[in-house]
Amino acid sequence: MSIIRKYRFLIARRFVQIGLLLLFVGGNYFNWTILKGNYSSGLFLDTIPLTDPYAVLQILFSGFMAGTDLLIGAAIILLIYGFLFGRVFCSWICPINIIADAAIFTSNKLASKPKMKLSRRTRYGAMILGLILSTLLGISAFEAINPIAILHREIIFGLGTGWTIIVALFIFDVTITKHGWCGHLCPLGAFYSLISRFSLLKIKHNNDNCTNCMKCFAVCHEPQVLSIIGKQNGLIKSGECTNCGRCVEVCEDNALNFNLGKNNKINILGASSRGFK
Amino acid sequence: MTSRREALKKLLNSAMVVGGGGLVWGNIAKASQSSPVTLRPPGAIEENKFIQACIKCGKCVEACPYDTLKLATIGETSALGTPYFEPRKVPCYLCTNYPCTEACPSGALDLKELQKESEDKSEDKSEEINIENARMGLAVIHKESCIAFGGVQCDACYRACPLMGKAIVLDKEVNEFTQKHANLKPVVNSDYCTGCGICEQVCVVEKAAIFILPVELATGNVGDHYIRSWKENDESKLKNQKLIEEGKDTDVESAIDYLNSDEELFE
Amino acid sequence: MSLNRRDFIKRSAAIAAISAAGITIPKKLTASLPSSEGNWKWDKAVCRFCGTGCGIMVATKNDRIVAVKGDPLAPVNRGLNCIKGYFNAKIMYGEDRLKKPLLRVDANGNFSKQGKFKPVSWKRAFDEMELQIKKTLKELGPTGLGIFSSGQHTIMEGYAVSKLMKAGFRSHNIDPNARHCMASAVVGFIQTFGIDEPAGNYDDIELTDTIISWGANMAEMHPILWSRATENKLSNKERVKVVNMSTYTNRTSDLADLEIIFKPNTDLAIWNYIAHEIVYNHSEAIDWDFVNKYTDFATGVVDIGYGMRTPDHPKFSEKEKETVKHEVAKTLSEDEGTALSYLGYKAGDTMEMKNRKSAVKHWKISYDDFKKALKAYDLDFVAKVSKGDPEESIEDFKKKLKQLADLYIEQGRKVVSYWTMGFNQHTRGSWANEQAYMVHLLLGKQSKPGSGAFSLTGQPSACGTAREVGTFSHRLPADLVVKNPKHREISEKIWKVPAGTINPKPGSHLMKIHRDIEDGKIKFAWINVCNPYQNSANANHWLKAARQMDNFIVCSDGYPGISAKVSDLILPSAMIFEKWGAYGNAERRTQHWKQQVTPVGDAMPDTWQFVELAKRFKLRDVWGAQPIPGLEGGLPDVLSQAQEMGYNPNDTLYDVLFANKEAKSFAWPDPVGQDTLNTEAASDKRKVLGSDDKPFEGYGFFIQKYIWEEYRKFGLGNGHDLADFDTYHSVRGLKWPIVNGKETLWRFNAKYDPYVKKAGSNDFAFYGKALNKIGQGDLKNINPSLGKADFTNKAKIFFRPYMEPPESPNKEYPLWMCTGRVLEHWHSGTMTMRVPELYRAVPEALCYMNPKDAADYGFIEGDLIWVESRRGKVKCHVETRGRNRPPKGLIYVPWFDEKVFINKVCLDATCPMSKETDFKKCAVKIFKA
Repeated sequence: MSIIRKYRFLIARRFVQIGLLLLFVGGNYFNWTILKGNYSSGLFLDTIPLTDPYAVLQILFSGFMAGTDLLIGAAIILLIYGFLFGRVFCSWICPINIIADAAIFTSNKLASKPKMKLSRRTRYGAMILGLILSTLLGISAFEAINPIAILHREIIFGLGTGWTIIVALFIFDVTITKHGWCGHLCPLGAFYSLISRFSLLKIKHNNDNCTNCMKCFAVCHEPQVLSIIGKQNGLIKSGECTNCGRCVEVCEDNALNFNLGKNNKINILGASSRGFK
Repeated sequence: MTSRREALKKLLNSAMVVGGGGLVWGNIAKASQSSPVTLRPPGAIEENKFIQACIKCGKCVEACPYDTLKLATIGETSALGTPYFEPRKVPCYLCTNYPCTEACPSGALDLKELQKESEDKSEDKSEEINIENARMGLAVIHKESCIAFGGVQCDACYRACPLMGKAIVLDKEVNEFTQKHANLKPVVNSDYCTGCGICEQVCVVEKAAIFILPVELATGNVGDHYIRSWKENDESKLKNQKLIEEGKDTDVESAIDYLNSDEELFE
Repeated sequence: MSLNRRDFIKRSAAIAAISAAGITIPKKLTASLPSSEGNWKWDKAVCRFCGTGCGIMVATKNDRIVAVKGDPLAPVNRGLNCIKGYFNAKIMYGEDRLKKPLLRVDANGNFSKQGKFKPVSWKRAFDEMELQIKKTLKELGPTGLGIFSSGQHTIMEGYAVSKLMKAGFRSHNIDPNARHCMASAVVGFIQTFGIDEPAGNYDDIELTDTIISWGANMAEMHPILWSRATENKLSNKERVKVVNMSTYTNRTSDLADLEIIFKPNTDLAIWNYIAHEIVYNHSEAIDWDFVNKYTDFATGVVDIGYGMRTPDHPKFSEKEKETVKHEVAKTLSEDEGTALSYLGYKAGDTMEMKNRKSAVKHWKISYDDFKKALKAYDLDFVAKVSKGDPEESIEDFKKKLKQLADLYIEQGRKVVSYWTMGFNQHTRGSWANEQAYMVHLLLGKQSKPGSGAFSLTGQPSACGTAREVGTFSHRLPADLVVKNPKHREISEKIWKVPAGTINPKPGSHLMKIHRDIEDGKIKFAWINVCNPYQNSANANHWLKAARQMDNFIVCSDGYPGISAKVSDLILPSAMIFEKWGAYGNAERRTQHWKQQVTPVGDAMPDTWQFVELAKRFKLRDVWGAQPIPGLEGGLPDVLSQAQEMGYNPNDTLYDVLFANKEAKSFAWPDPVGQDTLNTEAASDKRKVLGSDDKPFEGYGFFIQKYIWEEYRKFGLGNGHDLADFDTYHSVRGLKWPIVNGKETLWRFNAKYDPYVKKAGSNDFAFYGKALNKIGQGDLKNINPSLGKADFTNKAKIFFRPYMEPPESPNKEYPLWMCTGRVLEHWHSGTMTMRVPELYRAVPEALCYMNPKDAADYGFIEGDLIWVESRRGKVKCHVETRGRNRPPKGLIYVPWFDEKVFINKVCLDATCPMSKETDFKKCAVKIFKA
């Protein structure tokens, strides 16, 4: 039980990640109508369009007026992430997250040291560069090489050789830069970071309970967002936080919990018996 | 606090990274998106625009009832992630309800492309959407490997053509060899050919003698300065014709130069 | 979640794609060639497929067929081929070629009707056949046996099995699939001319000014002939006219100057309109000299039913009875009332089918009666009856009919009418054939170069094997018939069997063999070179009968098909170029070929199979007295006569019928067979373990040549003369009769046919001997007081009325359904569906329908639908574009595809005269699957 409890968000995330992927796969192979298309642009229940807003932005920057369905879909996604859940795409939905987590697990096991230090801000540069290149080349520049899209296309449509890019990404993360892709380079992650600053779902830190055990720093893939830990009560405000919930799981002091709404004291997701002990 | 010098250094460094990375990225992106010989689903807009517009979501692929469409993966001729089809494997069966075109959210596949172009552009007649207006490519016949040109009564392509008698017609001529049979030679009419590729698929010779090329690669152009008297409405192209600009003064100078250099005549 | 159309199509498309990629359909047909470099050798042969009879050259290398080409010396095709001919080299080496006998056995290896197929030895196979035949003979007598024969048998095979059955087992329950294809044409020929097969030849295609195709999609079904028609049209575009008469638009319309889409069955009315036009409005066009000298008028009974069983049959469902009840009585429609008014009928009358058993009854009438009968068939009436496209205006349609009549009538215009299954597969198919001759004879446009009515055949040897050899339930070779004692006598003499051996009672025709099996009257059936369980209408009945009744069914085939699937024993047969053979095409051209390669696996030629079976039966088993249902006294015991002839009751049928003294005089080796294989005569490198489990060493004599030379005795001197065996191996086929070494181009015409002079005429003589003495009377009946009329050397001009088919669309079943072939596939597709290229070209049978019908039903292109009749239903995909474009109210579904088993839907009504099934029309409903 305690193991399950300890990894409850991890399990939930994998469940959601794989579940969504399965729904897409079912949409392709078995004509299920819950989710069709893929992460670039999907259709929920055959009616509600859902679109990657950064992809749409690239299309617009490339000089093409994207179709209405795409614009509506992008707006819906922007609302869902920007106002509600923050950068959950990266930890709860994106299938690359599984690869990235596996890479971190592997590099920890191997105790390999990163060979190249990259600034976490590089991704913002990449994001902007993606838009500039889209304009210069007249095509969606990031979408042309997007490993996330390659991975899910491979899975959903059962294609062929695209796996190699994913393997390359894994090796890069393990041997060159730890959490290199998701934490440093991915323009999509950067985009979601930007829009997630003001989302309702945040991690709330209760400094009174904090014992400065630093376990949260150890598990966090974006540790720079934890600057308030051990210092003050409050919300983890940075949009770079993916709301993955690993910190909540590892915190044995009930100092970290999910919080929906800035001033909302109700602890909805982290609520636990331990909180009342 | 960093000094100005260090800040400058960092800026330069970043610029190098961004510039270099951008260059590599740009080239890879460009390479992975160039696809001159790809056949697109019905209703695809012009190829350059198509690559811009397509969000690679695969909804057209899912909508296709015949498994005709595929999304390109690495190492295929088509732009990465974009839909295409290979008619010799599975052609487009021209569903009358164009599910793929309809499924496209991005405008890369556009129902407007399936509306017949009004001859008179000024009038905005909204014509009926019809799959037969699709122009995915154009069938081309290699007559040396087409057995019908030798007199075999094949015309498998002709009979299989959904626009039989329009997109492919049979050109009948007396067989020189036997003198008592006729060759029934398939001829493609680009006014009607949708590029569906059923002809390519059914062609009975080992490597298809009739095959689909993208319209751009399979067509020529007469030019605007000559109007074909035998062709209806050929004149309409004059409407948007650019006038040949009058020569500039420098052109006159080149004429004068030519006239003045008479040395060569006496060499 | 609803399972929608897409799921369905997607899955079937994936299966199709997989198949095309070679998983279930053999990919490498040319695989396993011996690696040694050898030169290839060319030899002449004949195309395996349709009745056109194209000559081909076959290349062999290391005992394998490696290539074909059109034979440039072949007069029919001069080196060209159609798409099927192009693939002759690939048809024999499909991966699932049958290579061993297969028997249904139980766990102990004993035969069991419910058992699974297991490979067995040839000996075991023949043991079982012997056992089952003997059991059946004991229980039911000779009529308990049945043979499904074929128009694709070689002539020698057809002759061998016919002789075995008719002279050996004394049963006439042998009928070829040609019954489904040519029987109506035969009745037409015999009743009109007294002799079978066309007068003209393919040269007419070039010589004529007018090509009128009736119910024959020549462009798809006879492509090489069509290319000749096209050449003629091209060479004189103004003069040459092409007409397509059909119930739907097809490829033949492409070349046509005139296309007439008529309602199913109304060809009968259109012919009478043409005759009406001639007789009433253009009597000057009648060639009176010709008509008076060489023809006379005739008519026959009309209340003849539709060749179905009577509705009291216990196996009919209630739904079926709605149609079958017309077999005994039919209420006449308004159109029929008018069409039959000459007999005193009117609309609403009930016609009792009193002449069901005597459908062929006919008699001479006067020209005045003939004219009177035609009176009702004026343009207004016929246009109303026959307009097939509801969207065409009646005025346009009338104009077209008028144009058609004008083409026939025009003085000096040469006209050929061609037809195939549209006419023949027709509940009044024999009438339609006779009507064609009616018009041609009236105008004197018959048996002249470029003019004549020409019945095209479907199968490569429907003429050569089925008709000329007489592998029918009522026939003997060379137009002899079993009912005629003189004919039996001739046959018994040639076959050297005792007088009285041959059963005087005709056997069961093809549909009746099926019905007899269902009724338990036939318990042993043998299928050869055909697929009767896929190609017969109302298939659900026969499939059930084969599998659920107490019987034993043997299927000899190259590939597994539906018929093999419902059989109990499957025998692997050598295919065309694996044996010596001969085919006869539609223009009376007989063409021979030699064995090119050793058969695959343990496959053996059909002739060998018949001959080996003959070894299992002694004269005493079959030539004693035999009971025959319906024949008083049964068959006599002829054993004592046999002994007088020098036979011993313990001689086998093999000794008497196939390995007699004469047979052995044809020695092997023979110069004509130098350097050539002959599996039957000399065995081959395989030394297959034969019917006695010992290596087969060959018969030691040239059995094919013996069969040919014996067979040819039937026709010599009576208008069916064939050349000797060796001659055919030095020519590209010859058109019989061959008199003094010369073939005959146009029969009945003194300029070309020596038999006309023999008949005492310098001009024309329709010298056929059959049915020359008939009664005389008025339109209604024979008047015995007038005595017999003599038609010696005369043809008959028949009046035949228009009647409706037994089943027409109604509210519940609102559409006509027509079936047929496609160019790419041959018959049931057992060969062509195994050629990957042809499979890819046409992988499945589609339901062709009018786009407006599709829209009305809410179907779109590619939808999967049910096609259902009173008898059964099949699923198929909708096609609204492409090669066949039916008018509203009619759908077309080809029958080559066993997965779209359209014969479950078809009605097994036949022409009561010819017993040929009408596959071209029944009523169906359609709905989304």
